[in-house]
Amino acid sequence: MTPAIEVTDVTKRYGSLQALAGVSLSVAPGEFFGLLGPNGAGKTTLISILAGLTRPSSGTARIMGHDVNGAYREARRALGVVPQELVFDPFFTVREALTIQSGYFGLRDNRAWIDEVIDNLDLSDKADTNMRALSGGMKRRVLVAQALVHKPPVIVLDEPTAGVDVELRQALWRFIRRLNHDGHTIVLTTHYLEEAEALCGRVAMLKQGRIVALDKTENLLRLHSGCYVELRLAGLLPPQLEPLVAERRDDGAIRLALPEYAEVERVMAALREGRVAVKEMEIMQPDLEEVFVQIMRKA
Amino acid sequence: MTGFYTLFYKEWLRFWKVSVQTVLAPVLTALLYLLVFSHALRDRIEVFPGVDYATFLIPGLAMMSVLQNAFANASSSLMQSKMTGNIVFVLLPPLSHREFFLAYLLAAVARGVIVGVGVLFASIWFIQLPMAHPLWVLLFGIAGAAAMGALGIVAGIYSDKIDQLAAFTNFIILPLTFLSGVFYSIQSLPAFWQAASHLNPVFYMIDGFRYGFFGASDTSPWLSMAIVGGSFIALSWLTLVLLKSGYKLRH
Repeated sequence: MTPAIEVTDVTKRYGSLQALAGVSLSVAPGEFFGLLGPNGAGKTTLISILAGLTRPSSGTARIMGHDVNGAYREARRALGVVPQELVFDPFFTVREALTIQSGYFGLRDNRAWIDEVIDNLDLSDKADTNMRALSGGMKRRVLVAQALVHKPPVIVLDEPTAGVDVELRQALWRFIRRLNHDGHTIVLTTHYLEEAEALCGRVAMLKQGRIVALDKTENLLRLHSGCYVELRLAGLLPPQLEPLVAERRDDGAIRLALPEYAEVERVMAALREGRVAVKEMEIMQPDLEEVFVQIMRKA
Repeated sequence: MTGFYTLFYKEWLRFWKVSVQTVLAPVLTALLYLLVFSHALRDRIEVFPGVDYATFLIPGLAMMSVLQNAFANASSSLMQSKMTGNIVFVLLPPLSHREFFLAYLLAAVARGVIVGVGVLFASIWFIQLPMAHPLWVLLFGIAGAAAMGALGIVAGIYSDKIDQLAAFTNFIILPLTFLSGVFYSIQSLPAFWQAASHLNPVFYMIDGFRYGFFGASDTSPWLSMAIVGGSFIALSWLTLVLLKSGYKLRH
């Protein structure tokens, strides 16, 4: 099957800055794929290359099998991009902006779908409002709508929830999940790792223009099979547990990092032996954020 | 086709929605020039025999407005889109560089011609204006607007900031248009400045356009048209090369 996105050995250099240092990845149709990494890791550069906004220094990128430079018309028709910056055209209303955007894609009569998108993104009240008069959250919704006017099979969202309130964020994810459910391939960059963990089936982590991890989200989580034990004790921590301490908080809580779940028993035994009473105890699974921090530290 | 047409329509809407600023204001400015200069110089100059100064001035002012507004439309639209970032809306769709060029060019020509027609219509209320060769008027109006529209696209692509575009406008476009014989016949200039004027392509746009009204000009309209047409072709080629390479648009 033709991959929805196929990136092969892509590099990008801006003067002395190596934004991408050889990235290859493939996203299958229907996947919900996360692109994670700290600021400056190259996420937006990679997305810009997919969108044809940036030209790679070397390597190739394909959308649904179409080269983004050689077959740019087909590639762009297959791709919808929600840019990171909150951009808008101040001359137009929401409906005008969407009608114009679908015209650029060669769609003459797209009213029914535009209405559906407007409705699904809760923009009906604002359809005839000028873009200038919209709040930041509303502008963000319009950006999502603009990316969808031509029903692209592949949708890329570059930090769509940055600076967006909780309610909109949830509404947005419900809608995007539905699109994914209907067969659209979704690629997402976000700084909210709990979002990526909840949504993405597979994740690539970028650092300094390189992929440092690329796997199913569940595998990445399993990779770090240990757990955390957070304790509040009536006395001092037994010395043999000292090497496990990950963090001592100001309020007296101690966090121990255990390499595997079974180690909990050893902690309990040590506490019993030292006759230290436990006031509170909580066992926690690592989340994607933890995994992310560890991978970034190692890479 | 629809992609091109939509981009043209969007560019049309962009200036038409603010036509007070983009059409009415330049017409008013041209009328003020006409009022002030024709009053101040009424009895002193007769450029062509039997044509009084105010009448002589109108076609030049109309053409100057056509040229400046065609340039302003393409350049300011592109520069603003780049500055605000909404240029991505036209870079993400499958528009070719030719469609991109033609849409911006046509909108620039449309605004230039509308403003020019506005200046002519507003001034014939006050002064009778002959039109010896309407076809030349039309041809020079469109060709001049197209050449300046293409130059406007180049300026818009090149400029990243308002002051860069302002420098382009104030140090290149304004001197070229003001020193092109809008307000005088270059026959009245000293030899050196006459020769210098012949190096200014805008001179031929004004001179040829004026020929269409009076049937008299400083240079043959055929030569003028060849130079204006040549400028347009050269500028279009440059614009297409820039657009195709993605210069300052696709990094």
